[in-house]
Amino acid sequence: MDRKLGDGLFLQCCEEIAELYPKIKFDTMIIDNCCMQVRPSLCVHSLSAEGEQGVEFTSLLHAHISPCQLVQNPYQFDVLVMPNLYGNIIDNLAAGLVGGAGVVPGESYSAEYAVFEMGARHPFAQAVGRNIANPTAMLLSASNMLRHLNLEYHSNMIADAVKKVIKVGKVSLERLWGSRPQNYSLGNLNWGLLSL
Amino acid sequence: MAALSSVRWLTRALVAAPTPGAWRGLGTSAVSHSVSRSQAEDVKVEGAFPVTMVPGDGVGPELMHAVKEVFKAASVPVEFQEHYLSEVQNMASEEKLEQVLSSMKENKVALIGKIHTPMEYKGDLASYDMRLRRKLDLFANVVHVKSLSGYKTRHNNLDLVIIREQTEGEYSSLEHESAKGVIECLKIITRTKSQRIAKFAFDYATKKGRNKVTAVHKANIMKLGDGLFLQCCEEIAELYPKIKFDTMIIDNCCMQLVQNPYQFDVLVMPNLYGNIIDNLAAGLVGGAGVVPGESYSAEYAVFEMGARHPFAQAVGRNIANPTAMLLSASNMLRHLNLEYHSNMIADAVKKVIKVGKVRTPDMGGYATCRDFTEAVIDALPQAHPYKGVK
Repeated sequence: MDRKLGDGLFLQCCEEIAELYPKIKFDTMIIDNCCMQVRPSLCVHSLSAEGEQGVEFTSLLHAHISPCQLVQNPYQFDVLVMPNLYGNIIDNLAAGLVGGAGVVPGESYSAEYAVFEMGARHPFAQAVGRNIANPTAMLLSASNMLRHLNLEYHSNMIADAVKKVIKVGKVSLERLWGSRPQNYSLGNLNWGLLSL
Repeated sequence: MAALSSVRWLTRALVAAPTPGAWRGLGTSAVSHSVSRSQAEDVKVEGAFPVTMVPGDGVGPELMHAVKEVFKAASVPVEFQEHYLSEVQNMASEEKLEQVLSSMKENKVALIGKIHTPMEYKGDLASYDMRLRRKLDLFANVVHVKSLSGYKTRHNNLDLVIIREQTEGEYSSLEHESAKGVIECLKIITRTKSQRIAKFAFDYATKKGRNKVTAVHKANIMKLGDGLFLQCCEEIAELYPKIKFDTMIIDNCCMQLVQNPYQFDVLVMPNLYGNIIDNLAAGLVGGAGVVPGESYSAEYAVFEMGARHPFAQAVGRNIANPTAMLLSASNMLRHLNLEYHSNMIADAVKKVIKVGKVRTPDMGGYATCRDFTEAVIDALPQAHPYKGVK
């Protein structure tokens, strides 16, 4: 790899920590490295009206990853850990795989604080005032926040309502930003909540 | 003898020598036609282009073998001068690098595989791959990502060009440990190189009739570095009023590529982002095995794979996909002005993929590398006199 000292140190630290967790498999992959899979290539899945075909990602403990692999066969990955810049790129790539920046929640932790936000961060300035932003990500993130606060009941209630609305599919979610305004409004979400 | 002189005339008419050196006798040669014809020696000396070949690591040698087989069947007037430069196989040394460089300087054109960089730090931060590129000043890496007809992926009919600055940026190999446990890695962005790559991108877009150039950056975080890159791109964009210029942040770009890649036409970006986007885009059309790439400097042209990976676990198993290397070799022939042979090989490869009966495992089939190569050879035009002679 072309950045031997910097990323080499990161890898070394990951390997040292991995030895403390024998039950969890540890693997490394170079971010630009492109392994060919000896399997038909799968490519991108996304949220559709038929149901939520989510590919679950948690960006926590792995090493560099190949975007080619993510695009062709994302199922081989479980948890991924990486330095700052790669994480930025992979966060957004993976969010694109499941439906875009509007559906993926994210959180940031320190030793004392927890911050809940969107998975793929983008201000989406061109949508201001047009009532077309997708609140799914923020609602799921808020639900995660409630779970963090030990409010399990409310957390599950909100998360289930959001997933139900998406699953039922009566509201048309536009995956692409800046596209036609959708017939999605908070009114429908309330319907989902109240129907529980 | 009249036939001989007419062949010579025909060769000279069809083939434009890139340098006067091509007409000189060649020192080493790896391809020898097994056809016994009296013109064999003459064609080798006079009419064949010398091209440097560096097979590299992993499946590189197998893919180069496939290229040589196809060239032999198509009677392409190209002589390969092979150099085995490899860091992992301990065949790397300064002299080897010098040999490759001098060969390149004479031939100006090369076909190379991936020279793998081992992870361990052996005392030299710059890998042989990087050093080769820097010494030849191969500043532009062009990957033309085109969907193959007959091979369905999530996004079909893609046609993107990714232009990546290859000599500076994050891969400047300037790293040091300033304090224990703290590594500093310098990312270098210069005005001259940024302007050069931007100009290359716009010239390429103009030449190929493209409408839009998108600069990919992370200038909101790396304000000075990527900010300079962006500024240079904007300055150059003003000289090309007919081409639309757009900018996009790298993370958004990755997401858009995965969701809606049709909005992009030509992308230009610094080193690391280019590396990532090359591989991402290759994954969109079928993986590292199908996308060819090339690297240009002011004087040299190097043809290689679009997404570089030695693919070490496939060595010896005969499962590598030679499509990318064959298409890259075809691009090389076009660069050498051998249009006829270039189209012949490219059409044969595309035909085999379109028909879909012979597919290597990475494309979902069960064929071996050799099967695919033979299928390509069979797909070459019937009328060619030397086809089928092994």
